[in-house]
Amino acid sequence: MNPPRYLELVCPAGTPAALSTAVDAGADTVYCGFRDATNARNYPGLNFDPIEMREGIAYAHARGRRVLIAVNTFPRAGETALWHDAVDRAAALGADAVILADLGVLDYAARRHPGLRRHLSVQAAAANPLAINFYHRRFGISRVVLPRVLAVSEVAALVGAISVETEVFAFGSLGTMVEGRCYLSSYITGRSPSCDGVCAPAEHVSYREEGDDLLASLGDAVMNRFAPGEPRSYPTPCKGRFVTLGTPSYLFEEPVGLNATAILPELKAAGVTALKIEGRQRGRAYVAEVVRTFRTILDQLADGRPAPPVSASLLALTEGGQQTFGAYRPGWR
Amino acid sequence: MNAMTALPPARLTLGPLLFHWPAAERRDFYFRIADEADIECVYLGEVVCAKRIPFFAPHLPAVLERLRNAGKETIISTLALITSEHELAEITELAAGGLTVEANDVTAIEALAGRPFVSGPLINLFNEGTLDYLVHQGAFRVALPVELSAAAIATLAARNPTGETEVQVFGRQSLAISMRCYHARAYGLHKDACQFICERDPDGLPADQIDGRGLLSVNGTQTLSHGYLVLLSELPALRQAGVSHLRLSPQRGADGGMDMVRIAALFRAVASESLEPAAAEAELRTLIGSTPLINGYLHGRAGMAWVPAGGNT
Repeated sequence: MNPPRYLELVCPAGTPAALSTAVDAGADTVYCGFRDATNARNYPGLNFDPIEMREGIAYAHARGRRVLIAVNTFPRAGETALWHDAVDRAAALGADAVILADLGVLDYAARRHPGLRRHLSVQAAAANPLAINFYHRRFGISRVVLPRVLAVSEVAALVGAISVETEVFAFGSLGTMVEGRCYLSSYITGRSPSCDGVCAPAEHVSYREEGDDLLASLGDAVMNRFAPGEPRSYPTPCKGRFVTLGTPSYLFEEPVGLNATAILPELKAAGVTALKIEGRQRGRAYVAEVVRTFRTILDQLADGRPAPPVSASLLALTEGGQQTFGAYRPGWR
Repeated sequence: MNAMTALPPARLTLGPLLFHWPAAERRDFYFRIADEADIECVYLGEVVCAKRIPFFAPHLPAVLERLRNAGKETIISTLALITSEHELAEITELAAGGLTVEANDVTAIEALAGRPFVSGPLINLFNEGTLDYLVHQGAFRVALPVELSAAAIATLAARNPTGETEVQVFGRQSLAISMRCYHARAYGLHKDACQFICERDPDGLPADQIDGRGLLSVNGTQTLSHGYLVLLSELPALRQAGVSHLRLSPQRGADGGMDMVRIAALFRAVASESLEPAAAEAELRTLIGSTPLINGYLHGRAGMAWVPAGGNT
């Protein structure tokens, strides 16, 4: 495998086409999942069957790139066999690592496939040295994907206190709740992000007009009301508009996307190993543009040149066309 | 003798107080629980926000003593999210003390280093593999996540070798935890200078849908259901499935007058078959007022749903 020159660029591949696109655009690593509830982007038309996964891994490996397989949801009682099968298949197909969150699945993978690299999913939300060491000592994880709750200074302190690699989110949709422990979507729709791998599934989304306004609902719950001309966002619960103290507001988070391109040198200095681009639900054009932009920036930084200003094309791809540093800047809290 | 009475008696527990009540009120609440409530186990400790801990800390020894003298088991619940040095120190100090701990994050399990603990409802215990692992690590009781259906609860309770499986049966359900304080945000404040504004909403700050219908409640960095979970008609089936401990989560009610002692008595009466669930539910509704009841998760539905007794599940 080609060693990354600056920070490893880990890119989403929701489909075989997105995988080859991401590899061609300069991803060091792609991550993907099987077409079932074992991964956290279990949406119609996405993900890989075993044959597609084999071909995808071959495509990436032929070009010196890595493939990670996310088996990062939590099995429901009585259904763990599907998750064990996914881990077995990932090992048999030659994945470079599996991304896991559930204690039982981690335990299974560590015992059954000790030679298969294990990354701790953001869904486990391990946010401090004791928690990360828990997973390292017991399950031999090689890398932790850090939850999106830490400031850059806290990331740096954490890296210094643990002995596994860290991967951090650099771009994409930003949930505001601690990952893997948010029940808002299942509270409203009955389908669980944790166990079913779906948040605010499209079949539960509906829109209706009320006067000049457009009401966006998830299940029976109204998530937002848009005035004419107002930018419209998808009715994800943590991006909805709610009324507190008589005033409607984006109580949890405005519809914004994370864009950390401007602080990549800070993340590098903090000792981070890899950058993660969110977006397995995104199409090829999105993946191509985001990966190509990050590849350019990382190559410039690796050559000792200053990072270019945030590109307009990348900003246009952030959620709602608005960007945030999220928790990386302390004021977010 | 029917099957119900052949079961060991149900244990009622009082979950950790999730809200930020004035310290003196909180102390008096627990004194009354100690003196009057028919409850076997009381969880103390701060789950939501480390900044609240110093307020109640001076009262904790007296509260523990009063509860123990009343014959109640006492357990300290931990924070759900631990990121700062200060929060880590809180956990390691707690682990080093002699108190029984309910872990709401693996951080606490790591700090306990093999000592027995309760696996709290904010640990993702969804399946047999995780149950086996946590029991092996020293969980002598598992308090299950609120999202589980009756079928999942039955599978896990039947498998749990410790025989101690706990399920929340009353109170708002915890739905999410964040680094961000929404309470401060709603009041136009910042988490680092929050003025402990969450004290203004001792039962949670309503976060309604834009058309005015209730949906969520905000409690600092925590988001809860608007409706109160009430599992009364479901109690016999839960007990038959092997659920040993029934958790009541402390609430004050919209008008501040909700009486947890009376609520415990109603659940006790139903658990011991001396009161019909329907009669208990009717009285509970008068205590709760206009806030809706919910039980959807248990029936495999959306959590906010209410499936009436005898309803099609």
